[in-house]
Amino acid sequence: MKAVSVEEAVAMIPAGASVMVGGFMGVGTPERLLDEMVRQQKSGLSLICNDAAIPGKGVGKLFDAALVSQLTATHIGLNPKAQQQMLASQIKVDLVPQGTFVERIRAGGCGLGGVLTPTGVGTLVAEGKRQIEVDGKAFLLETAIHAQFALVHAFLADYLGNLSYALTARNFNPIMAMAADTVIVTAEHIVPVGVIAPDHVVTPAPLVDYLIANG
Amino acid sequence: MDPQIIIARRVAKELRSGNLVNLGIGIPTLVANYVPSDLKVFFQSENGLIGTGPIPEQGMAHPLLTDAGGRPISALPGAATFDSAMSFGLIRGGHVDITVLGGLQVDAHGLLANWMIPGKMVPGMGGAMDLVSGAKRVIVAMQHAAKGKSKIVAKCTLPLTSSRPVDLVVTDMAVIGFPDGKATLLETAPGTSIGEVLAVTEAELAVPDSVPEMKL
Repeated sequence: MKAVSVEEAVAMIPAGASVMVGGFMGVGTPERLLDEMVRQQKSGLSLICNDAAIPGKGVGKLFDAALVSQLTATHIGLNPKAQQQMLASQIKVDLVPQGTFVERIRAGGCGLGGVLTPTGVGTLVAEGKRQIEVDGKAFLLETAIHAQFALVHAFLADYLGNLSYALTARNFNPIMAMAADTVIVTAEHIVPVGVIAPDHVVTPAPLVDYLIANG
Repeated sequence: MDPQIIIARRVAKELRSGNLVNLGIGIPTLVANYVPSDLKVFFQSENGLIGTGPIPEQGMAHPLLTDAGGRPISALPGAATFDSAMSFGLIRGGHVDITVLGGLQVDAHGLLANWMIPGKMVPGMGGAMDLVSGAKRVIVAMQHAAKGKSKIVAKCTLPLTSSRPVDLVVTDMAVIGFPDGKATLLETAPGTSIGEVLAVTEAELAVPDSVPEMKL
């Protein structure tokens, strides 16, 4: 793990990159990284995030600045700007059931080719997918998702990069921290090694590439 | 009584002590207001919490403690938080006893459509497809009709949420179940006759000899 400034971290992300962003309706989202993405105008992004948040919050800022060209998400109904951009074909949107979304990312981070899920069988979601029967039950083959970058927000990070999370701000963050080539983390608090007890570390330090210095 | 309150109060009667319950947005959220205080029900919020509590008082909200719509909530003593893989493992894995969702249409076989209106409203399915596929019991809480049109239809014209039929539909006029895969009128709302229900229901409903009034 290397500690860097938010400017340095975002400078590493090229335009058009695939980027996973943690958070659920903007809760548990690395806001400082997103603000810097907007400042550096990282356009053409292939964004992987549960939702589009709301304008002015979380990944909503990326839609405000029209930086997204592809979106994989589960729900974008609370962001009118993302809806408009989808209906105007400015962004290509792949809507995925939430349980499938998180399992595809988990598969991507765990070296699996995909997962078999009953969710979506017999619906529009099944179109173009392989259906596989196991013990007489139908499942869809849903392939793994991996990204070039994961932008993760933790509650505590120690000087080594061990992470823990708080309340409902955990959501997709620890799953995404497994599933990208480069993992960049912001934290509410950066604390000395040992403050996060081994039993309370959720994301172990070797998974973290860059930690954004606070202040 | 307000139609939404009839629905919420009737659905609340389905909850049992020890149940793990997921409430969707809209009318389903109201159900929590009518659960007797001596009933120990665990409410899940799919963004990563079991043990959701009431909306916090002014000034007591915690920015990292929200419901699936991003609104501040509280956590009860004994609450547990977890990541989204765990949350949907609970849902898909059959650990959630009851899910209560809103609906756009439910058809004569109990199939539900509740996530999009092609060309008009494409918000995304969020957790709905997993909840209907995986929960032990699926209850739809919705108005019986919208703009004079029955929401209990012969066959869904909107895209389905799941190929798994729901277990119970509770509306402001009736309770409908699906024994042997056939829509059946189980109860009527106070002051609503069987004839009135049948008149505004597009789907064919089986009517047993005895159809009691909802106990609220």
